[in-house]
Amino acid sequence: MGSQGGFGQSKEFLDLVKSIGETRSKSEEDRIVLHEIETLKRRINEPDTPKRKMKEYIIRLVYIEMLGHDASFGYIHAVKMTHDDSLLLKRTGYLAVTLFLNEDHDLIILIVNTIQKDLKSDNFLVVCAALNACCKLINEETIPAVIQQVVELLAHPKEAVRKKAVMALHSFHQRSPSSVNHLVSNFRKVGALWLYGFSTCVVKLSDNDPGVMGATLCPLYDLITIDVNLYKDLVGSFVNILKQVAERRLPKSYEYHQTPAPFIQIKLLKIMALLGSGDKKSSEQMYTVIGDIMRKSDTVSNIGNAVLFECICCISSIQPSPKLLETAADAIAKFLKSDSHNLRYMGINALGRLIQISPGIAEQHQLAVIDCLEDPDDTLKRKTFELLYKMTKSSNVEVIVDRMIDYMISINDSHYKTETASRCVELAEQFAPSNHWFIQIMNKVFQHAGDLVNPKVAHNLMRLIAEGFGEDDDAADSQLRSSAVESYLKIVDEPKLPSAFLQVICWVLGEYGTADGKYSASYISGKLCDVAEAHSSDDIVKAYAVTALMKVYCFEKAAGRKMSLLPECQSLLEELSASHSSDLQQRAYEFQSILSLDANAIEDIMPLDASCEDIEIDKSLSFLNNYVHNSLEQGAEPYIPENERSGTLNISNIRNHNPYEHPTHSLRFEAYEVPKPAVPTNLPPTLTYPTELVPAPIPEPSYQPTLTSGPVSDADSGSTELRLRLDGVQKKWGKPAYSSAASSSTSNFDSHRTSVNGATQLDNVISKSHEPREPQIEVSEEKQKLAASLFGGRTARSERKQSGGAAGYSKVSRTTNHGDDKVQPTIVTATVQPPPPDLLDLGEPTGPSSSYSSTVDPFTQLEGLLDLSKDDSAVTTTSNGPDLTAVYTTASTNGQNQNPNPLINEKDNMNGAPNPSNRTASLTKGPSLKDALDKDTLVRQMGVNPTSQNPSLFSDLLG
Amino acid sequence: MVVVQLFYLHLSLITMWIRLYFMLQIHFVLLISRQGKVRLTKWYSPYSQKERSKVIRELSGMILSRGPKLCNFVEWRGFKVVYKRYASLYFCMCINQEDNELEVLEVIHHYVEILDRYFGSVCELDLIFNFHKAYYILDEVLIAGELQESSKKTVARLVATQDSLVDAAKEEANSISNIIAQATK
Repeated sequence: MGSQGGFGQSKEFLDLVKSIGETRSKSEEDRIVLHEIETLKRRINEPDTPKRKMKEYIIRLVYIEMLGHDASFGYIHAVKMTHDDSLLLKRTGYLAVTLFLNEDHDLIILIVNTIQKDLKSDNFLVVCAALNACCKLINEETIPAVIQQVVELLAHPKEAVRKKAVMALHSFHQRSPSSVNHLVSNFRKVGALWLYGFSTCVVKLSDNDPGVMGATLCPLYDLITIDVNLYKDLVGSFVNILKQVAERRLPKSYEYHQTPAPFIQIKLLKIMALLGSGDKKSSEQMYTVIGDIMRKSDTVSNIGNAVLFECICCISSIQPSPKLLETAADAIAKFLKSDSHNLRYMGINALGRLIQISPGIAEQHQLAVIDCLEDPDDTLKRKTFELLYKMTKSSNVEVIVDRMIDYMISINDSHYKTETASRCVELAEQFAPSNHWFIQIMNKVFQHAGDLVNPKVAHNLMRLIAEGFGEDDDAADSQLRSSAVESYLKIVDEPKLPSAFLQVICWVLGEYGTADGKYSASYISGKLCDVAEAHSSDDIVKAYAVTALMKVYCFEKAAGRKMSLLPECQSLLEELSASHSSDLQQRAYEFQSILSLDANAIEDIMPLDASCEDIEIDKSLSFLNNYVHNSLEQGAEPYIPENERSGTLNISNIRNHNPYEHPTHSLRFEAYEVPKPAVPTNLPPTLTYPTELVPAPIPEPSYQPTLTSGPVSDADSGSTELRLRLDGVQKKWGKPAYSSAASSSTSNFDSHRTSVNGATQLDNVISKSHEPREPQIEVSEEKQKLAASLFGGRTARSERKQSGGAAGYSKVSRTTNHGDDKVQPTIVTATVQPPPPDLLDLGEPTGPSSSYSSTVDPFTQLEGLLDLSKDDSAVTTTSNGPDLTAVYTTASTNGQNQNPNPLINEKDNMNGAPNPSNRTASLTKGPSLKDALDKDTLVRQMGVNPTSQNPSLFSDLLG
Repeated sequence: MVVVQLFYLHLSLITMWIRLYFMLQIHFVLLISRQGKVRLTKWYSPYSQKERSKVIRELSGMILSRGPKLCNFVEWRGFKVVYKRYASLYFCMCINQEDNELEVLEVIHHYVEILDRYFGSVCELDLIFNFHKAYYILDEVLIAGELQESSKKTVARLVATQDSLVDAAKEEANSISNIIAQATK
């Protein structure tokens, strides 16, 4: 249609494209582009550049930017070009600007004005160009500037404009879904317009142009995601539209490969899935039409399957209907049996969705699932793991998690490694059959992906080991601990352990290393010293190690055993007491001071196994009451909370010296002021940052200045005098009514608050992370039976274990599920069937692998074929020299359908359906070859010869 | 407390972003040749220039190395990239985890068919030299990351209208420059 006439660019530009095309390496390309940037920088800033030239420069900038280089020096020229009156230039300008600028770029503000002007243009093409730019460039701040015009355009006579206006509203909505409300409250007018716009959208559903109707579905979908209930009354019309679409009521041009308007169907199905979810009445209206579509859909073409898949998604989201579920299951079976990887992927995907409402469905597809798991295609494998993750339960958790860990070790992609690791942890926490297994799994996860897992997991693990599984079974707990200690001692010497894991190891060894008497204290402390030495760059690990050493020492001493410090331990302490890290220094000094204490004192400081004991926090600092009282009696200034200090001082609030209950403190921004205590000058030197070890005495010194350094001694006359004094202060620091003493006191309070908060908050985090995940899969009877036969006697055992284990571990837990889990006719099957090798299937353990190899073989053969033909073409190319015309003529004489490019094999992916457009394309192969020749000669005439090593540039994409 | 609240604030920001991303169907479109050369890029979600180069590098590494019979989908950074090979060109679109891959595969095909109609059996060379036209057509097919028009005919008509106007303007310019050229001879 358009381009054959010529490329319409100057020789210079064609040369650039050509030379880029011929580069062999990235560096060569970069050099050319950098040179081009230099040229453009020079030329583009020349005055009086003709507009047509300028247009070409802009397109060259686009090209540079596309290749990944920075063309920002020319952005302003593109912006200028949007101001131009000529449509040609304006369009180029808009194109460049939408490609260059992100929605937060500074230059956008310069374009908004132009967009506003262009939206009013008489020429609908100008309006279209402006609307295109709107979708990309208008950000949250500039939405109010254009929204009114966009809404008005919804009634434009041209459907192309209406459609784009609808899409622009959709993109505004995406930019700031929250600002819809924001707009409504702050800019009533705009808000009203907004709502009007969307209600027009609803009206537009009946727009007589199907394109506009289809576009309207996008913003509607957005709105429905936000509040489903507002649109329940539209269910009927959606169902109606879908029915009409499926009955081919739309114009023929909306058919796509014989499927009636599939993209609109899919969008409607997505909307219906939202509307029908959890709503029986709406769902029932949909059943017939979904059933019809599924029955009619063409399962050979790709697009037919896309619609089918969307139907399955819809079915799995709305209130389940047994009949539809059955149809969906059949469709999934077809997907899974297909040869096409794409369809199998979709099958697994659909299975993952459907399994959540009908868990029984997976059984019939065991073999297919295992096939996919063994598939060399990583995408398919990953999806299958996702499915397994969804169908994990206590009976198959061991196999699944083992598989997942193997997979996790085998991949490099850190994103998926993290995901797999966290899934393993989640499954292990939820379904762990035994403590020992749990520890083993956690060790593996930490070893291979320790730096990637959430630090919470490490804290969870420590907590689990400390608390045991929560039962009153001390023997089991101590067994758990000693097995943990044992496994850690085995691992600890390995190089390259992740930091989080080392922290766990150090903590556990310190806490429980010597508890069962199996290992001597000197052995444990030797190991701990090794850890600190081997990871000398990691301060956190060293801190954990030192504290662990301290614990080991204390426990020994408290138990009355003689314990002398190992020499390496001594040297470690010396090294750390000179460390740059104040935390390490402090720990080292604490340890050293503990060394000089006697056994009784040590037992008080470091009680054995105290990690689970609750630490009581006296938030009101009641132990200071006496002290405060005495001070007040001696005439000290009472403490006045910050928020009451500003205006008049209210003495009735004296007693309110509990800052935690302050409404103004709810956000506690003050916590960041902790470092401030340096400001007050008159503080006694004893006011050091509180140390962890001696919690009791700290408040005293820090409280002292508040009271003693109060500005006035007389409490009654304090108010007036204080105010006088404060005026001066106010001017100095600009904050109303703060005395220096008061500010020092508040900052002291803050420091307490933070330390206390630190503790409580940690508690919060830990307890939060401990909350159990709701079991998402209801375990059906049928599945249970299968699982029992799959895993024989082990199921019963693990089931029992688990009911104790997981229930205890996750405290609140899933007791409801266990009732029916336990009763299983396992003994008979257990004798018949040994533990199977695979997680789902027993029948033919060799089946999958053999079929796997058979799928692989033809595959490699195919590749071989491809290579061969590639060689052939290479041979012909070289023998004929670089002259491509010759290649093409030989190709066309050899046989019309013999394409010189061996790589056109896109037809393999399920587009096997005889497709008229494709067929015609292949029938007209001759002419298209001629086209290619024409193009080649044209390019040659222009002095460009881009094809010497890449003949495929000429091959039809739709070959 | 501060930290907890900041954490929740952060969380709500993250969920907002997730929702934003979730609502956008297509995050970007890439055309890469078999040699890894970029033929067209269109970004619907915000990416900085640095990120763009990184994305292209990562994806071309992943996609070009895949065998011919495998899935047309790749999972990547929590998204999915649907790609399809036409002759020596790979058309890639990045979508969300939850989206319908087969549909996007057909969106790609839809675009290619329109290109084919426009250029008359389109080949890579057409796109190399007329990349800006490919952009204009893409703007009529996709807008704001969504399929805008599913009728090939409508798209073709609109693009043709634009072209005719542009051609008219060009002819005008040509004739003027001819006149000037002749006058200055």
